[in-house]
Amino acid sequence: MTTAATEAGPLRGVHRNVAHVMGMPISLALRGLHVDDERAESAWQGCLAVLQAADRMFSTYRHDSVVSRLQRGDVDVADCPAEVLEVLELGERARRESHGAFDVRRPGPDGHLVLDPSGVVKGWAVARAAGALDPLPGTDYCLSAGGDMVCRTQRTGAPPWRIGIEDPHDPGRVVAVVPVHNGAVATSGLARRGAHIVDARTGTTPGDVASVTVLGPDLVWADIDATAAFALGGDALSWLRGRSGHSGLVVWADGTREVFGPTTP
Amino acid sequence: MRRISLWVLSTLSVLVLLFGYHTSTSGPQATGSQTSIYSSGSGSSGSGSSGSGSGSSGSSDSGASGSGSTGSSGTTPPASGSTSSGSKTVTGTVAQTRWGPVQVQLKVSNGKVTNVSVVQYPDGNGRDQEINSQALPILTEETINAQSAQIDMVSGATVTSDGYLESLQSALDQAGL
Repeated sequence: MTTAATEAGPLRGVHRNVAHVMGMPISLALRGLHVDDERAESAWQGCLAVLQAADRMFSTYRHDSVVSRLQRGDVDVADCPAEVLEVLELGERARRESHGAFDVRRPGPDGHLVLDPSGVVKGWAVARAAGALDPLPGTDYCLSAGGDMVCRTQRTGAPPWRIGIEDPHDPGRVVAVVPVHNGAVATSGLARRGAHIVDARTGTTPGDVASVTVLGPDLVWADIDATAAFALGGDALSWLRGRSGHSGLVVWADGTREVFGPTTP
Repeated sequence: MRRISLWVLSTLSVLVLLFGYHTSTSGPQATGSQTSIYSSGSGSSGSGSSGSGSGSSGSSDSGASGSGSTGSSGTTPPASGSTSSGSKTVTGTVAQTRWGPVQVQLKVSNGKVTNVSVVQYPDGNGRDQEINSQALPILTEETINAQSAQIDMVSGATVTSDGYLESLQSALDQAGL
């Protein structure tokens, strides 16, 4: 489904594409020189190909994914593609930096730890996929996968992308807007999928936070930090304030909103 | 090249009391909030944790060299592919990532991955890139609908394909609002 649009002004003139990969809606907004021509379509297909490749490699739902084979011991880490090692390294770093709240290993049904790098893979894959759009000259893009996104403006003087941060207590509404020229926005919360984020130290879902939004230069770490902060529960905001290069918003369970970032006191 | 001391890597899945586990980015708020976690050796050693941290200082090399003070007992240097009592520790090759070389080690026990550890971290970490006018969220007076917010995209808790049709993003994609 695609809505055609032409140059119409700073907020309009946005051409959109949607597809579904990894069980998530992938939304692309383009504006500028190449929005609905062959180059744009080719770049969009390039994005989807990156995401599909990541899904084949990392999906814990696919019996033949590298991660599933690694889990079963069918393949050694020594024989894994560099991408797998990169993701595992990110996961391990995230675990340490979050004091164990974020972990790519989680207890399986039988109590044994299983490898589930999904918390790293999404942001990592979308960040890579966005690279397929960079070669479009004179074109701004915003690529979102299920609510986590990479924004770029390549045109001089172009307005920022305006990203609405969903109200976790009323997902049809917006609690904040963030203008982004170049950067990533990731939000973790429970509004959509129920209790899928757990504190890996306890195996429970913290109830303190309704959602955490993190802005940063790179979606990989924006996404990891949003998830880790959510898992840290009541410590979310103080932990986020210790992270360099990020800003964002915490919506607490009681609806209180707190912005954090380098220029807030 | 950074190498976390290998001997701490073989400890796994044990409940370890963490003493002095601070990352360089964690600041004062890291104190005392955690007493025990599922540990995987490398992270629990207190030394390895400083290998990443802010990463921007370039001084993290020394931190990763591993003056580990964990009380755990893993002293066996896990050679690549070492096996003991049904478990196996395998060290991957050095992978070149966009942030630098990475080397990962896994411990597999009875067909389960029981430990992930990192032997070598890359030099950069993606957070050090120059930030182009870091934006801050602008709180709305009260929660408002998307149309009056004039937004291009929605960031929220992960929308699945199943839930997409009811989502704000879906409305944006279809109508452009």
